[in-house]
Amino acid sequence: MVLESYFRATGTGRRGAFMPYVTAGYPSAGAMPGILGMLAGSGADCVEIGVPFSDPVADGVTIQRASEVALARGGGLAGALRAVQTAARMGLRPVLMSYANPLWQAGLPALARRLADAGAQGVIVPDLPLELAGSWSAAFAEQGLALVLFAAPTTPAARLRQAGRNTRGFLYYVSLAGVTGERRSLPRGLAARLRTVRRIARSPVCVGFGVSTPRQAAAVARVADGVIVGAAVVRRLEGWGRGVEKRRAIARWTASMARAVHGAAYSR
Amino acid sequence: MTPIRRIGPGWFGAFGGQFAPETLQPALRALAQAYDTVKRDPGFLREFREALRVHAGRPSLLSPASRLSADLGRGIRVFLKREDLNHTGSHKINNTLGQLILARRMGKRRVIAETGAGQHGVATATAAALYGAECVIYMGAEDVRRQALNVFRMELLGARVVSVTAGTATLKDAINEAFRDWISHVDTTHYVFGTVAGPHPFPTMVRDFQSVIGREARAQMLHQVGRLPTHVLACVGGGSNAMGIFSGFLRDRRVALVGVEAGGRGRAPGRHAATLTRGRPGILHGSFSYLLQDREGQVQPTHSISAGLDYPGVGPEHSWLKASGRARYVSATDTEALEGFLWLARREGIIPALEPAHALGYLHSCGRRFPPGSRIVVNLSGRGDKDVAEVRRLLSGRRSRP
Repeated sequence: MVLESYFRATGTGRRGAFMPYVTAGYPSAGAMPGILGMLAGSGADCVEIGVPFSDPVADGVTIQRASEVALARGGGLAGALRAVQTAARMGLRPVLMSYANPLWQAGLPALARRLADAGAQGVIVPDLPLELAGSWSAAFAEQGLALVLFAAPTTPAARLRQAGRNTRGFLYYVSLAGVTGERRSLPRGLAARLRTVRRIARSPVCVGFGVSTPRQAAAVARVADGVIVGAAVVRRLEGWGRGVEKRRAIARWTASMARAVHGAAYSR
Repeated sequence: MTPIRRIGPGWFGAFGGQFAPETLQPALRALAQAYDTVKRDPGFLREFREALRVHAGRPSLLSPASRLSADLGRGIRVFLKREDLNHTGSHKINNTLGQLILARRMGKRRVIAETGAGQHGVATATAAALYGAECVIYMGAEDVRRQALNVFRMELLGARVVSVTAGTATLKDAINEAFRDWISHVDTTHYVFGTVAGPHPFPTMVRDFQSVIGREARAQMLHQVGRLPTHVLACVGGGSNAMGIFSGFLRDRRVALVGVEAGGRGRAPGRHAATLTRGRPGILHGSFSYLLQDREGQVQPTHSISAGLDYPGVGPEHSWLKASGRARYVSATDTEALEGFLWLARREGIIPALEPAHALGYLHSCGRRFPPGSRIVVNLSGRGDKDVAEVRRLLSGRRSRP
């Protein structure tokens, strides 16, 4: 599995991965190649591409709105697959994020083939519990795709061990008990908790939810294999269509996030 | 390969599960475990039974509806299970009393709930007042507007009502928002889920708390009539009143169970809420069950004359009862529900909620399909006070048309 070896290699002491999140079709389908190109040019290593969904229970207002806008403009799985293909061609490592139902309706084996053909490396399903992930993981692994599992601050040690054992690619650690969205500060004790998580899970760990500033990204990157930034990116993308100056500002901010992640010295 | 594997409790055939974010998984497990313990604990069961008696006013009556029976003719007899006579005016109080007692035992001092029409919100606010818990109710902005009086009622009971503007601003979005609250406050908060849908253990737990309806109805039929019913009719939105009464008769193979869904004003997507009759299986709000969705798996908007049935999902046990053939699901349109509403009001002197009016509407327009001598129990899941203004509006519109 490509994603697996990438993160295992990163985990041995190279720099952490910067993984921005975008909702496919937001702010428009036509904007996707430009946005993905900007991410690649600003130093993103991977990109999480979200399939817009009518009922995103794990998402805060920013990503909910993006989902609604993308759906209203005809976005969906097909658009996400096109974005995956574009991202892969640009050398980004695309990971698809979708709630369970759109994937299940597409039929897992067929979907896994389409994803692999498009160049996806992994799949993230926020409402799929690890107890039910086995057969999904197998279907994706068949095509060389990593099914990424989650751990959260509420996850007890035994379950964390199980998640670490069964996840592929990396373990997605949710930084806080809450939904996606920007936060002024990350939970206290996050660094210490992450050290514990890595020790118990014994797999590469990427951290998402709430990471909003270069300072926060750097702090997380010191103790994680990758940093996922969603709402802070998506909020800025609302202005993508408002001229070249706006786009440049978004690119500058994205590059500052990438530098913060890449420049952070590991202290694991 | 079976993409969805069925492991452990919480599955009804192929339906059910715990499709929820990881942050909630430990809480769902803790809740399942706590419920597993209390459902065998005589102390809990005694407290719950006593609460149903002194706070909900149970047992509820089983009333013969002799004038409806006369209208149907051919020796058909209709009986009404009077959940409308419970405190707060619907069956919802059965479940909220059970969950509040459980929440207190789990040390959760804050409860949240979703509500559509406001019945479950009022029942939760009532139980929260009774057991001294902080209470927040999520309600779609559209429903807040339609049910302004119920919003005030909840506030009088000390609850805070949060208006949800996301998505379609109705029940499904209120549930999404309640889940988001739960994800963010899972340590202190219990989610008083209102129906037999959602992730395990809700479908099982809510059914069990509502099963008092079926147990009573069965015993009352045997006592008052000397025989079991031939048919049990109940409306189905999420499905809690139907599961409550069906569960008492599941083993009586000769009792036909009929669920009546909201047929709305047409068969096109967005014009009805008939999940089991027109949907197909999918994953929403924690379980794999029938779902109104488009080809891509996006959940479709729904419409019903009654806010309580205006929901694109349904409890997984209903999906199983449909798949196994043990229950049959049909639908009644808005117009038929309104006919059922008027039928009961004028012939029996009872104003029903628009939800059970669907079951009555089905009986009214499809009475001929029932064999002579049928004994039909209709679950009258709630009273119609909350709907009087809406019905008035609908009827005045009707009169103004040729």
